[in-house]
Amino acid sequence: MYFVPYNFGQNCSLRYAGLMQGGNGAPVIEFRDVSYQVAGNQVLSGLNLQVERGETFILLGRSGSGKTTTLKLVNRLVAPTSGTILVNGQANDQTDVIRLRRGIGYVIQEAGLFPHFTVARNIGLVPKLAGWPGDRIRDKTRELLQLVGLPGEFAERYPHQLSGGQRQRVGVARALAADPQILLMDEPFAALDPLTRDELQREFLLLQQRLNKTVLFVTHDLREALRLGSRIALMEAGKLVTVLTPQEFVKSDDRWAAAYVRAFGSGLESAANRGPA
Amino acid sequence: MSLIRFFSQNYAQVLQLTVEHLWLVGISTLFAMLIGIPLGIVIAHRRAWNKPVLTVANIIQTIPALALFGFLLPVPWLGARADRLAILALTLYALLPIIRNTYAGIRGVDAAVIEAGRGMGMTESQLLYQVELPLAASVILSGVRIAAVISVGLATIAAAIGAGGLGEFIFRGLAMVDDRVILAGAIPAAILALLADFAVGWVERRLRRP
Repeated sequence: MYFVPYNFGQNCSLRYAGLMQGGNGAPVIEFRDVSYQVAGNQVLSGLNLQVERGETFILLGRSGSGKTTTLKLVNRLVAPTSGTILVNGQANDQTDVIRLRRGIGYVIQEAGLFPHFTVARNIGLVPKLAGWPGDRIRDKTRELLQLVGLPGEFAERYPHQLSGGQRQRVGVARALAADPQILLMDEPFAALDPLTRDELQREFLLLQQRLNKTVLFVTHDLREALRLGSRIALMEAGKLVTVLTPQEFVKSDDRWAAAYVRAFGSGLESAANRGPA
Repeated sequence: MSLIRFFSQNYAQVLQLTVEHLWLVGISTLFAMLIGIPLGIVIAHRRAWNKPVLTVANIIQTIPALALFGFLLPVPWLGARADRLAILALTLYALLPIIRNTYAGIRGVDAAVIEAGRGMGMTESQLLYQVELPLAASVILSGVRIAAVISVGLATIAAAIGAGGLGEFIFRGLAMVDDRVILAGAIPAAILALLADFAVGWVERRLRRP
């Protein structure tokens, strides 16, 4: 499939928003009783969750709560000790792992760009692996640079010549290159300065409104979770505590949710996700 | 003055021994690369193998060169020709820096970069050829450079078993107690070492530039 970014109209995103709220249709990602153990350490236990099409599902928790592991279970960078993970209704250990991963965009902190590749080669990596012809890759790269707000002449630069925010934009473009329906984002904005982070969060919302990807997003920042998420899954010590919408989260009397809200101070209600400003 | 005269009178032999020397060093370094780089790649990925392999390479390194030449002399096919034997011994000595640097170079690639590649659906061999090896190339080559420079020095000892090379002048000069003859071997050997260092270093710098 080949997407044309400007074709997604308001109707389209509203329709998806409705679908996402209602939660009808099969979940795009589903965890069934997933546990993960490593070296006698119970990293995750009895995890059950469902991510619906077109939503931004946030995994919120402190370091070591198991949120990154949860993310990596989806594209099988980590294999569960027990339980099943379904991607598009199919157990993800029943499909070819390389094909599975190429169908899922992956964005990590500091972007994880290849330092020896130009921006263009970084973005065109997955299409190249998939065997797209060169001119199609070039067109796609140009289109994606524009989509993430970078000027076209950045194509020939190397990652070390970019700022942190620019690298992160390239990371997002790279993840979108083969037009995956699912995006996994592991604290993508955590290492950025507050202004750049704010800018990228705002653009993420606009982009998401246009593209309607199913996003699984890891963060430890409650403000970010409230702002970007359609639902927030709170994790603590390898267990899923609760799944709430941003509006529910700020009013929740759940022990952990309330502790989070307290830790981040007042004024959060206004930060809760109401879509792009 | 007399040294210059010695060179001009014996330039044909100096040249011939230099070529022999280069041959010994070049072939053994090439063999060491062919064995050492794959081994380094393997132990970088299978951590359980890294101790035994590096230990063996380390032990080889501690055997005195003259003793190693002596040990290998009675081996049937090898002992038949001194240059074979010298090349084997030099290869063994060149292994350690190449294995160690290949290992260190690949282990030194940012884990986040590898994971990003794997997460995007690169196969292990795509990761190796497109990410790990290019990013480790300059570290690997600096291992090759160390190996080549060590080999130039060690290869002079090969003359003791009749494998030729610039060591012939050195041993002959020692026997004749003639400094000129010793220097006729030592100076070209030193120049070769510098040239090897410079040449591999040049390639290394070219690769480091993105």
